[in-house]
Amino acid sequence: MSILVIAEHDNSALNANTLNTLNAAAKIGGDITLLVAGSDAQSVVDEAAAIASVSKVLSANDAALADGLAENIAWLVNGIAANYTHVLAPASNFGKNFLPRVAAMQDVMQVSDIVDVVSADTFVRPIYAGNALVTVKSSDSVKLITVRSTAFDAVEATGGSAAVEELAFGEAFEGVSFVSRDVTVSERPDLATAPIVVSGGRGVGSKEDFAIIEKLAEKMNAAVGASRAAVDAGYAPNDFQVGQTGKVVAPDIYFAIGISGAIQHQAGMRESKVIVAINKDEEAPIFQIATYGIVADLFDVVPELTELLS
Amino acid sequence: MKVLVAVKRVVDYNVRIRVKSDGSGVDTDNVVMSMNPFDENGLEEALRMKQAGVATEIVAVTVGTEQSQDTLRSALAMGADRAILINAEEAPEPLGIAKLLSKVVEQEQPQVVILGKQAIDDDSNQTGQMLAALLNWPQGTFASKAEFEGDSVNLTRETDAGLETIKINLPAIITTDLRLNEPRLPKLPDIMKAKKKPIDMVEAASFGVDLTPRLEVVSVSAPEARKPGVIVANAAELIDKLKNEAGVL
Ligand SMILES: Cc1cc2nc3c(=O)[nH]c(=O)nc-3n(C[C@H](O)[C@H](O)[C@H](O)COP(=O)(O)OP(=O)(O)OC[C@H]3O[C@@H](n4cnc5c(N)ncnc54)[C@H](O)[C@@H]3O)c2cc1C
Repeated sequence: MSILVIAEHDNSALNANTLNTLNAAAKIGGDITLLVAGSDAQSVVDEAAAIASVSKVLSANDAALADGLAENIAWLVNGIAANYTHVLAPASNFGKNFLPRVAAMQDVMQVSDIVDVVSADTFVRPIYAGNALVTVKSSDSVKLITVRSTAFDAVEATGGSAAVEELAFGEAFEGVSFVSRDVTVSERPDLATAPIVVSGGRGVGSKEDFAIIEKLAEKMNAAVGASRAAVDAGYAPNDFQVGQTGKVVAPDIYFAIGISGAIQHQAGMRESKVIVAINKDEEAPIFQIATYGIVADLFDVVPELTELLS
Repeated sequence: MKVLVAVKRVVDYNVRIRVKSDGSGVDTDNVVMSMNPFDENGLEEALRMKQAGVATEIVAVTVGTEQSQDTLRSALAMGADRAILINAEEAPEPLGIAKLLSKVVEQEQPQVVILGKQAIDDDSNQTGQMLAALLNWPQGTFASKAEFEGDSVNLTRETDAGLETIKINLPAIITTDLRLNEPRLPKLPDIMKAKKKPIDMVEAASFGVDLTPRLEVVSVSAPEARKPGVIVANAAELIDKLKNEAGVL
């Protein structure tokens, strides 16, 4: 087996989800090559080469690869996919964007968002917002797979010294160009990997009051999350959304505050180790999956909790 | 310009689905079905393009059984001009759907194809990107804003880090995120009018596309249930539990 993993990065640092994806590759078993496609991303290439489970790093350096445009990355990966038995990418917006494009070019049916490796051709993935798990066996000669990061532990980031090989890029795809990026700046830890997540929902009521969620998060050194309703109402930016269409998280503690617990929200947090629900409606579905629940007004409980943690 | 909008009939998002006890799949008998929510956003966007004078004709297309006519009728009631049903008894995989849609694109020659970023049944998030690859068109996925300007579109996408804007030339594929717009609810007269709008029915087999599944479903199971939790009285008790019972603080 020879596996190609596509690294996610921002040209300066490797995204942690690459380490989880590498673990899924290790479970499949075989020789692992890590592709860093970027522009002046030498620090990422260095990081990639230091990962113990990686036997070779491919480095493609081109201005057309700077911004993760799916058309260009797909072209690059398509050119080498046939050299491998498996091609894996994180099931992040980055991976979801380009890998299906490669799949169609390869005439392969991608296996999306796997949460388990049964064997080299059989994988488990959630469907219906995680309310069912399907085990599928792929008959394609190259298997294209996106990996749910929270379902696989990260591999060691160090301990290796893989050889680095240059991979030439061709022509940039005509008809697509990068314009701008509006990145949410937050002092809080990354939502996808933080051990504690404090999420607020519609019950918080306003953008101003969302500060009480942020205060608790700050006290706990936690990441801030939100329900779709809270994002839609403008209390929090879109990249804070947890759920079927937002991020999937699995921290040690997940606080759902003023969140009812719709299936679409649960899809993004039900694998958390401990779930704490604070909601004034004792019938709220979130209590069905909460480890600890408090039935009360969040404007009483959250400030008290923040205070007691000082 | 002509806009093609792909729609899918799925189990309604409010339904809590049940896995069949023999592990063969999900029980969809007597379950409320509706249009995939993301596809409603796609159609709404096309309707707004028409209102703004950007689009001239909106064609809704689906791949499914005859029952998918319901979904096409909903699309027509929302305002699509006509609809195409590609009849397939066994639901093809996203790759097969993308191939069928690419044939429809050859026939219909739209400038834009809008699809939902994912269908809420199998959550694959693939078809739009695959269709873009088959047509060798640019793609604007997970769109929360689309501004048409001549023969290109400035498209804002939701990413894991925030938002990003790309410019793609037409013809192009767009896949929708839920924040792209607020889909309209069809009014009764529109629903009546929709009954007279045409639905073309074509057999999937007639396109000469190989739809053999590549993924064999080995089994379908329910996720492990979470252990029932407890209600605690207040913040102090919560902290105690987190520290001394769960050991996570
Ligand atoms: C296709 C699709 C995809 C979706 N994807 C997602 C997704 O990714 N993520 C997501 O979150 N949602 C998603 N949704 C939306 C989801 O269905 C729910 O609408 C949403 O999660 C509700 O958010 P909420 O719990 O904040 O709001 P609500 O359901 O309105 O709940 C608010 C809660 O706050 C409580 N509350 C109010 N005031 C107080 C107070 N003072 N003190 C304590 N409690 C209070 C109420 O009792 C209530 O339970 C999706 C929906 C669809 C159709």
